[in-house]
Amino acid sequence: MNVKTETRTPTSADPSVKLAIADCDIHPSPKSVEKEIYPYLEERWRKHNDIYGLILRQPYQSGPAYPKGQPDAARRDAYVPGGGRPGSDVKYMGTHHLDEHNVQLGVLNPLRSGQGLQNVDFAAAYCRAVNDWQISHWTSQDARLKGSVCLPYEDAALSVEEIERRAGDPNFVQAFMLIRTSEPMGQRRYWPIYDALAAANMPLAVHAFGFGGTPSTSSGWPSYYIEDMVAHAQSAQSMVMSLVMEGVFERAPGLKVVVVEAGFAWLPPLAWRLDRIWEKNRAELPHVKRPPSEYIRDHIWLTTQPFEEPDRRSHLKDTMEWIGWDKLLFATDYPHWDFDDPARLPLPKVDKATRENFFLGNALDLYGLR
Amino acid sequence: MTKHVVAAAADVPPGERLKVDVAGTPVAIFNLDGEFFGLMDRCPHMGGSLCEGRLIGLVESEGPGRYKYSRGGEIVRCPWHGWEFDIRTGKSRFDPSRWKTRAYAFDVAKGEELVEQAYEAETVDVSVEDEYIVVDI
Amino acid sequence: MPAVAPGAIDCDLHPAVPNVKALLPYFDDHWRDMIVQRGVHELDSISYPNNAPMTARPDWKPETGKAGVDLDRLRAEALDGFQTSLAICNCLYGVQLLYTEDMAYAYARAVNDWMAAEWLDKEPRLRASIVIPPQNPEYAAAEIDRLAGDKRFVQVLMLVMDEMPLGRRRYWPIYKAAERHGLPIGIHAGSAYRHPTTPVGWPSYHAEDSAAQAQAFQTTLSSLMTEGVFAEFPELKVVLLESGFAWLPSHMWRLGKFWRGLRMEIPWVDRHPMEIAKEHVRLTINPRDVPPSAEAVERLMNHFESDEMLLFSTDYPHWQFDGDDALPDGISPALAQKICQDNPLATYPRLKETVS
Repeated sequence: MNVKTETRTPTSADPSVKLAIADCDIHPSPKSVEKEIYPYLEERWRKHNDIYGLILRQPYQSGPAYPKGQPDAARRDAYVPGGGRPGSDVKYMGTHHLDEHNVQLGVLNPLRSGQGLQNVDFAAAYCRAVNDWQISHWTSQDARLKGSVCLPYEDAALSVEEIERRAGDPNFVQAFMLIRTSEPMGQRRYWPIYDALAAANMPLAVHAFGFGGTPSTSSGWPSYYIEDMVAHAQSAQSMVMSLVMEGVFERAPGLKVVVVEAGFAWLPPLAWRLDRIWEKNRAELPHVKRPPSEYIRDHIWLTTQPFEEPDRRSHLKDTMEWIGWDKLLFATDYPHWDFDDPARLPLPKVDKATRENFFLGNALDLYGLR
Repeated sequence: MTKHVVAAAADVPPGERLKVDVAGTPVAIFNLDGEFFGLMDRCPHMGGSLCEGRLIGLVESEGPGRYKYSRGGEIVRCPWHGWEFDIRTGKSRFDPSRWKTRAYAFDVAKGEELVEQAYEAETVDVSVEDEYIVVDI
Repeated sequence: MPAVAPGAIDCDLHPAVPNVKALLPYFDDHWRDMIVQRGVHELDSISYPNNAPMTARPDWKPETGKAGVDLDRLRAEALDGFQTSLAICNCLYGVQLLYTEDMAYAYARAVNDWMAAEWLDKEPRLRASIVIPPQNPEYAAAEIDRLAGDKRFVQVLMLVMDEMPLGRRRYWPIYKAAERHGLPIGIHAGSAYRHPTTPVGWPSYHAEDSAAQAQAFQTTLSSLMTEGVFAEFPELKVVLLESGFAWLPSHMWRLGKFWRGLRMEIPWVDRHPMEIAKEHVRLTINPRDVPPSAEAVERLMNHFESDEMLLFSTDYPHWQFDGDDALPDGISPALAQKICQDNPLATYPRLKETVS
């Protein structure tokens, strides 16, 4: 492909993009696992990876059983000049994305981090290595970037160890899990994680995907990649329902949860539905002391990518009001395709303060970075 | 109407593309089998650069499980959200009447003819021996 | 609170099989003998624990036994109680949950014959959905063909959670038969329990099972649309029963957004899913997962961009509302009229036919 840029194309269409913004969902990758991750893995696990690789509860050694819409699910223009997968170079990310969009806070969510591996010990080792790598290759290189503590969440005790290892470390703003766990996230096998997070005052981001082994719909596996993508919203709903209905927020009242990359317009109907069913089933749920919508309001935040696109912006505005503008965190999902450009986002009209909080203030408040 | 010279024809071989400026607007030039087509280089969705997108063929269907493939390389997918645009018309595939990007009709003019006429060429040096991609705006 | 228009059409109520003995006359000799000899238990789905609050409204629940077994009570409570002119019976005896397809087929036939004899023959206001065995789509199609001539059967019944997403080609013999006879597919809350009830695993509580139905309906619609069921069967209508409806617009926004970029994967989908839904998908009004204020309900209704999608239902004897509060605040009288009569008549053409 031969692409020559004769003139610089201005991408900024909206004056507010000159405001500093937060991007609450950036995906870094290593250029080379051997060079960047192995230094943080014991010899035993390096050998293991060389022989067996990362084996998840999914069919293929590399690549999903639902092939994606674009290679690497990445924007074509995000490949690093001079070689390197999209999102693998902190300097290029700095200019191509952070400078370009005036990102003051970029939250890193590493996806191929060993979470959910069938081998739980390997998962713990790999997560720890990825967390070390976030510091050495990213957060220590660009002060705008903050990491997420990847947890080997299918083993609560090992996850608690990792939380305690990183608690208070300013390189990280949150812990990180994936939505499709092997059992619903509210269940008691995961409770020690939430206890530790609350004690460490560390928010928890829960990102789309995960390979817990349950079909991505409750009626079995769908056929198409588009279904797999859309279904993250249904998985997120079930995850939120589980946290609420298992009483996690009663148990850990300090816990804050961010739902990442699963959309957001589904939240109000879920809250209304849970309230109604809770009211009728109080006898079954003595540990859920308040209406579910109250727990949701107090404990759930959502990143906004992929952005919702009704035909009418007024319908989107209704939805964002029902959620609460203060619960929404702007994100781009850089470098993936499906990128939301802050300058071009079809955001409903709101006052300046709300808009600024949407793009930055809400994230600074949530992560205690004001 | 002014004739704008946007590039030398040799700069855009068949199957290739080039991002240029046409009177202040970013335009992606595509060469389909020797014919030149231009699309405003901003996806009508959120402004992504179509010039950075992958080229595919036209995938149509008469029903589930039945695929009709034609016109290889004539559809460009926006790199951001994958919207398909027909390079020849600028129209999206999913809703051609409502969603499209501006299409430019390019001609090829010989340098020796151009120098006899008035033209704008902001960044291109015209010489009589070569051929050039031109558009009237 | 908006009043239910007199003469409304109730699109979802549940006469219940009191026990297997009531069904025995409707089996052939072989199955009757097997059922008795093997001591086959009641096919009572865990979706509706018999004594759980939402399974039966307190004033609709008898002193002993199941709610919904008594025709006189159903007449008084559901039909007279809401002055409905017609009501569609959806029997939820757990036929779809059996693993043995031949047995399921026998049960489906028995339930349908029992419904005709014990309910439709005795009460002219009643209509019914054909219960089918999804375990074997060819058997299911045969059962549709067997009963389609009886115009009191106005729909084909399926449960929203089965072995595979319902749009998959495996199920197409069912849709083909239904379309041929002009019968909508009624997809009801519930599960064959082949998979965990949520996409993230088995929940702990019955309340979660109930709540999770909404997500199941969402992925089911994704499946029906992306698989091209409405392209292949352009006359087919699907009614979502006991599904809730507040989630529909936002789900269509998401599915439509992704379709615009991934159209090439499913090129037989030629319009935005919301447009497909407006033409092919209907939803019953109860349970209603609506916001608590009438003003918000009104705004939510605008998100549908259609006044034709909602159908009146009581969901009798399930407990979804108290008294006669069957419609949510915030619905205009004009919309209430459409919900109560116009939309059901348009969705079920057979309702207009007089049945002697």
